[in-house]
Amino acid sequence: MAKKQNHHYSYLFLLPAGLIFFIFFLLPALSSFFFSLTRWNLTDWTFIGLENFQMFFKEDSLSIGFKNTFIYAFLTCGLKVVFGLALAVYLCSPIRTRNFMRAIVFFPNLISTIAVGITFNSLMHPTRGIINTFINTLGLNGPDWLGNVKIALLSIIAVDVWKGVGVATVIFIAGIMSIPEQYYEALQIDGGGSMDRFLHITLPLSRPAINSVIILALIGGLRTFDLVWSMTRGGPGFTTDLLSSIIYKQYSSGFFGLSTAGNVILFIMVSAIAFPVYKFLNSKEVDL
Amino acid sequence: MISKSKRLISELTGVFLAAVLFGIPFYFVINNASKNAQEASLMNIKAPAEFLLFNNISEVLATNKGIVITAFKNSFLITIFSIMVLILSCSMAGFVSQRRTDKATPVINFMILAGLIIPPAIVPTIWLLMSLNIFKTMFSMVMIEAALTMSFSTLLYKGFTATIPRQIDEAAIVDGAGPLRLFFQIIFPLLKPTTATVIVLSSVNIFNDFVNPLYFFPGGKNATVQLTLYNFMSKYHSSWHLLFTDVLIISIPPLILFIFFNRKIIAGMSAGAIKG
Repeated sequence: MAKKQNHHYSYLFLLPAGLIFFIFFLLPALSSFFFSLTRWNLTDWTFIGLENFQMFFKEDSLSIGFKNTFIYAFLTCGLKVVFGLALAVYLCSPIRTRNFMRAIVFFPNLISTIAVGITFNSLMHPTRGIINTFINTLGLNGPDWLGNVKIALLSIIAVDVWKGVGVATVIFIAGIMSIPEQYYEALQIDGGGSMDRFLHITLPLSRPAINSVIILALIGGLRTFDLVWSMTRGGPGFTTDLLSSIIYKQYSSGFFGLSTAGNVILFIMVSAIAFPVYKFLNSKEVDL
Repeated sequence: MISKSKRLISELTGVFLAAVLFGIPFYFVINNASKNAQEASLMNIKAPAEFLLFNNISEVLATNKGIVITAFKNSFLITIFSIMVLILSCSMAGFVSQRRTDKATPVINFMILAGLIIPPAIVPTIWLLMSLNIFKTMFSMVMIEAALTMSFSTLLYKGFTATIPRQIDEAAIVDGAGPLRLFFQIIFPLLKPTTATVIVLSSVNIFNDFVNPLYFFPGGKNATVQLTLYNFMSKYHSSWHLLFTDVLIISIPPLILFIFFNRKIIAGMSAGAIKG
């Protein structure tokens, strides 16, 4: 019977997806390991060993992207988990405007990142922007959000969280809604307060949702390009350059080997973080 | 449990914060898209002296021989074709990979995971497209968008297939349905909820995509809507009013989709993300 059934689930059904995936994704990804070891102009290549990688880590303007990408991914991920969870708990409480608010929180996700970047560029203008105009009316001096080397990266992170927290919230809401009501009733009989509700029921039982958010936010953060590009183009100096923006800069200057080396570094970095985190989180999941 | 007044305060605070955090930027865009160049460059939230939204829209559409209109056409075509490819190939792949468990299963699962995690290799992809002579074509753009969204869609289909009882397959097989009929006549119609989710989520993502068109679809005639925004930003740095008008008009299609499929997006997001 099993054999006969397998005949009806032919692997030929995997062929269309498999072919497209292999040609347009896997093949370039694998060949990037070779091309990262070359000086390359798309038609000819010279094998130069690890020179591109040495260059990447020796030049400050390139290696800063490595550090920034780390900061960016972990901060956006952490903030999205914290704010997303807080918003989800709030939006699962019996408030009348619940559906409206859920829609509003999710809405920035529908706007393209470039559009969001352009809008915040203007809102964060050092002298004319609304944010600093408001701070000035309080009698304070607002910083140059995107021009100050110390806070430019943080400003972009804040906008990323603003845009992306809706997805986290929606996933958390789904997680919280799937917790059976009996658990809360039992707690109430035992005399637990709202803090107990959160710490002993909501938090542990929305574990699968938390895992999904962490993974999605981490991968997204490590690979971000468009927000940084539309807000600062890596500036001031190279202080907001991420690996992805460096890959683009090297590409558009014609350093294809170097750009591909950046890609390989990103590849290794994302895999080294995402695969273990994925394994670890999934091994600890609690069944409802 | 909580007193009424306390609840009211928490509700009002929530609405107020949402209005400030999410309402102001949105209002700001519409407001500045309705101003003239001078007023928009002041970047404030004062109402426009003269309401110029429609003038600005026609100016944006006329810019550079109607590049924005071409871009809309390109973006729509890329989105529609990619989604057709995604629905067909991923529903089949999701179905078979859920139903079969054998030695190949871990390999397939790993490929799906790899597709979710690994960043696409950019220059090698360009090199490949050039070798195949399809660089800068609509076809290659569609294939790339499909290839990059494939893992997520397959995962959604796979998750949903698990909820369809195998007895249905068996009944169809007993009645003499072959593999193709089993899938296209019996299973595929049952996958409708996931198909709807894939349509909504992927079309927003692909329509809003900036990175892939930037690399793989360059050149004047090939513009997509996100690239026009990018060009407005570089070329007309003082024309904030046109920039915001462009922001506004290219945000309309996803917004319309959102209004119609609001619930679907949220349901689909959560189903896919949690089971994934």
